[in-house]
Formats: sequence, C-alpha cells, structure tokens
Amino acid sequence: MAAENLEERLKAFLEILPYAGALKLRLAGFEPGRAEIEMPYDAHLVGDPETGVLHGGAVSALMDTCGGAAVMSHPDTGFITATLDLRIDYMRAATPGQMLVAVAECYHVTRSVAFARATAFDDDRAHPVATAAGAFTVSLPDGQVA
Amino acid sequence: MKRPGEPVQTVKLRRDAALAGLVERVPFAGFLGVCLDRRGDEVTAILPFREMLIGNPMIPALHGGVTSAFLEVTAQLDLAWTLVRDDVDAALQSGSAAPDLSGFRMPKTIDFTVDYLRPGLPRDAYARARIARSGRRYASVMVEAWQDRRDRPFAQATGHFLIRPADG
Repeated sequence: MAAENLEERLKAFLEILPYAGALKLRLAGFEPGRAEIEMPYDAHLVGDPETGVLHGGAVSALMDTCGGAAVMSHPDTGFITATLDLRIDYMRAATPGQMLVAVAECYHVTRSVAFARATAFDDDRAHPVATAAGAFTVSLPDGQVA
Repeated sequence: MKRPGEPVQTVKLRRDAALAGLVERVPFAGFLGVCLDRRGDEVTAILPFREMLIGNPMIPALHGGVTSAFLEVTAQLDLAWTLVRDDVDAALQSGSAAPDLSGFRMPKTIDFTVDYLRPGLPRDAYARARIARSGRRYASVMVEAWQDRRDRPFAQATGHFLIRPADG
C-alpha cells in the first residue's frame, strides 16, 4: 500500500477510536516506521490540580497510540497491531497549557513482534517529558498470507 | 478502640470520605471515571465501562491507554492511601471529622511498565495494587486488573513512584 494511502487510513482510524477522540489525538507526522501524534493540553487530563501537570496516564495513552501507529506504518507489518508491553519513563513534568507531541519509531520487526520506542515533548524540544519502549504484535501486510 | 458516641459506622463513612477525597485530587481519575471501593484494609479500584474508553470500535476493546492509565491511577491512589491511612485513623480516633490532608503531596510516577495479557472487554474493570516496597523517597508498586474473573487478569503492571515530603 502506498504510504500516502496508509497515512490517510491511519488518520481516519485515529478519528474513529473513541478514546483517541476523547484525548483529541491527531496524527501530525507519518513516514514508514515512524509516526508523530499530538495531544492538546486539557484540564480533564491533569494529575495534580495544584500544579496543573498532566497525569502520567494521559501521557501513556499518547505513547501507546503513537508506538502502535509507528508499527502500523512499518512496511513489513499489516494494519493491525496490539501492544504486548509498554514501559514509560517520566523525565519531567509536562508544562501546563502546552501541547504534547509524541514521536515514535518502529526500529525492529520480526515475523511475530515489532519493537517501537517513543519520546514525548512539550514546547521545549531539548528536554523530553517522557520516553517509552514497547513490544507490539505483528500482522502481515495486506494481501500477504503466512 | 471504640469511643462512646462515635459509632463504628460513622468512622467507616469518614474513612471512606477521606479516601474519596484523595480520588478527587486527581482530575484525570475523574476523567476516566475511576472510583475506589474499600473493604477493611483492601482497596479495589473500579473502572465503570463507558463508550469513550474503547480503542478499536471494530473489536471492540478498551484502549491500551485506558488500561495503562487505570493501572497507574490505581497504583498511585493505593500508595497515597497507604501513606495517609495512619494519619486518617489518628484523626478519626481523636474525634476529628475530617483529617487535614492539605499538606499531603501525591506520589509522582517515575516509571511504569504494563503487560497487556488479554484484550480489555467492553465492560467494567477492577484493579488492586500491592505495595512491594515503600521507603522514605521511593516506592515500588505492583498492580493487576481483571474483569469477569479475578484469576484471569487482562493486564498487570509495576511502577516506581517518588514519595514527596509535604515541604518538598
């Protein structure tokens, strides 16, 4: 499948995921094996009202979705994937009011497992808010059989 | 220790109110719809099913981000409850209706690792945490979530939290 076609499909896919909609996730960048997803700041997603900092649980949804999107974008995988495991390290508090952007890369694919890592930033692109690494299930590209 | 004029039921309600007060301090827990059910010293987190929590509507299953968030919120709140429980009990024993938790700072997640064991089904989910270690600054927490059957968890996680002193 052509990359542009896949990007459109992934964009449409994100739009129909109810939870991605609730977090207002948007596909901001896409190339084979790499995806970028934005999550706007929202008071509902705050972990600590005293500081206004986003909760880790909101960041993890962004990381999980972005990692999955990077796997889907990889030429050696199909359009279906599920997360096997995901580890997130929280480097620092996200600055209240700023949009979060996750960039994920699918850096290795076997017949059964895809490995992806992701980094999330706010406006300060020099200091990540969080990093994540995960393993995802692999389906074969469209039209291929095992 | 039973005090005259302080029925056990009143103490239970106040303890539950203190627990609910902790949940209210995490807006994101309200966004997900998480509530806590306390039976003695055992706390179960409940995630009532809502359409919003679905990832892929074709399957349909809970979004992985919902599952991990539910586990993380459960671990954080269970740890917070463990940290304040003695203060809550002391306040209740001294006859005070509402323990003052304004100086308490919520534990901060350092890292969190989730294993997705099965798809989360479109129905209510439950989770319980176990504090593996809680030191002066760091705590290690394990948490497990299930739906129909307790012995068939759909996700498990382990995480490290930073315990912040009241003046920190």
